[in-house]
Amino acid sequence: MAYSDKVLDHYENPRNVGSFDKDDNAVGTGMVGAPACGDVMKLQIKVSDEGVIEDAKFKTYGCGSAIASSSLLTEWVKGKTLAQASEIKNTEIAEELALPPVKVHCSVLAEDAIKAAVEDYNSKKTA
Amino acid sequence: MSKKEKVPVYLDYAATTPADPRVAEKMMACLTMDGDFGNPASRSHVFGWKADEDVKQAREYVAALVNADPREIVWTSGATESDNLAIKGVAHFYQKKGKHIITCKTEHKAVLDTCRQLEREGYEVTYLDVENSGLLDMKALEEAIRDDTILISIMHVNNETGVVQDIAAIGELARSKGVIFHCDAAQSAGKIEIDLEKMKVDLMSFSGHKIYGPKGIGALYVRRKPRIRIEAQMHGGGHERGMRSGTLAVHQIVGMGEAFRIAKEEMADESARLLALRERLLNGFSDMEEIYVNGDLSHHVPGLLNISFNFVEGESLIMALKDIAVSSGSACTSASLEPSYVLRALGREDELAHSSIRFSLGRFTTEADVDYTIELVRQKVDKLRELSPLWEMFKDGVDLSKVQWAAH
Repeated sequence: MAYSDKVLDHYENPRNVGSFDKDDNAVGTGMVGAPACGDVMKLQIKVSDEGVIEDAKFKTYGCGSAIASSSLLTEWVKGKTLAQASEIKNTEIAEELALPPVKVHCSVLAEDAIKAAVEDYNSKKTA
Repeated sequence: MSKKEKVPVYLDYAATTPADPRVAEKMMACLTMDGDFGNPASRSHVFGWKADEDVKQAREYVAALVNADPREIVWTSGATESDNLAIKGVAHFYQKKGKHIITCKTEHKAVLDTCRQLEREGYEVTYLDVENSGLLDMKALEEAIRDDTILISIMHVNNETGVVQDIAAIGELARSKGVIFHCDAAQSAGKIEIDLEKMKVDLMSFSGHKIYGPKGIGALYVRRKPRIRIEAQMHGGGHERGMRSGTLAVHQIVGMGEAFRIAKEEMADESARLLALRERLLNGFSDMEEIYVNGDLSHHVPGLLNISFNFVEGESLIMALKDIAVSSGSACTSASLEPSYVLRALGREDELAHSSIRFSLGRFTTEADVDYTIELVRQKVDKLRELSPLWEMFKDGVDLSKVQWAAH
């Protein structure tokens, strides 16, 4: 299977790999996917008091397209408000990375990951 | 030439092999005007006679490797066609006797899909499980045999795991029950001993390109004593004693014959060399955490090693290993998005099936290739585990089997 240059770039030089303390109140964690399905994404966001995403980190178990989708996502969400980040669509990720149809589910997973991270952060605020 | 310049290293011999240069040379002598280009069915001139001689010689070479009579060899286009011809051929010929067939879940698709087709035609098929070792449970096989069972089809060596079934024992059982036994030997011919005088196999499929012959050619062994009948699937000029019509592809046949001749001569030395290389490869990984060998290495072909590197997804590992050519049981490398059905039949969890890599070594693999592979795999597995949330959880002591995953 041929990968696009952008997938290869993110795969070979993944951006923002790592973890934040998931118990930190300023951190939202989204973990989506399942090992049995061949991909698990963990996306974490660090949010300022003003509700702006200051930093983001990821770890992904999955194919090259899944790794690239989550790497790209960490770049995109930085500097966005929670509302803006929640509006990121999988189609934008798929388009940016030129994912073939069989890999579109990787971008769907990335969209799910940011939504889950925002939700996790919000649930901490209301708790 | 340094290693970097001649990459990638080919470690996918179970998928296909390059033709041996001796094979290619023989083939080239059967194509052009100054060579043996004739139609072996032409009885009226020397061009036909010479081509017929070449085919006869090749048939003897193929038969000799497996200790069969040359008259028991039927040329086909490859092991897939041989499997189709054997299974459908027997099913159609003996359908008055019964319509039940037994096979196994780890068979090649050429067998499984042929059986599925027969199910659509009204036959009944039992797909046996294997043990975690990859081996068939002989007792389960015996219990599956019914009065209307006409055929058992079990492969010799599994293409994904390299596990060797005890086809001598299966043959004894089948013969004692009066059931025809077909065996797909695409992955075993030329790698381990096959003696059809001793083994009670009735039909056996062979491939040219798995043993350094050309692609597009194979053979089906059809036993003469006791005589096994099959209904032809390809009709025409009545070639191959009516079992498979079509003008014989002399260059392909000569290539396959030469490949089988070389295999008979060199198999013992080559097997010992490949076994040593495989042990070297496995030793190179043995101190890594969370690796699992798939298939029982005590019943195994020498040149193949299937390993799951837990917490690393197979396709991403293959992507990282772009300087070596291997294959994976990961869903992402198949069109179906399902992980390997063979590894799942061995009881491997889906995640381990996703994390599997098949290394298959062959005639042109060197110690340097193996050492380079070990170094590269170790480095890339480490890198991908650093990227893996599962590895992080494992290291934190989380029991991954207890986590509620959001399946998608």
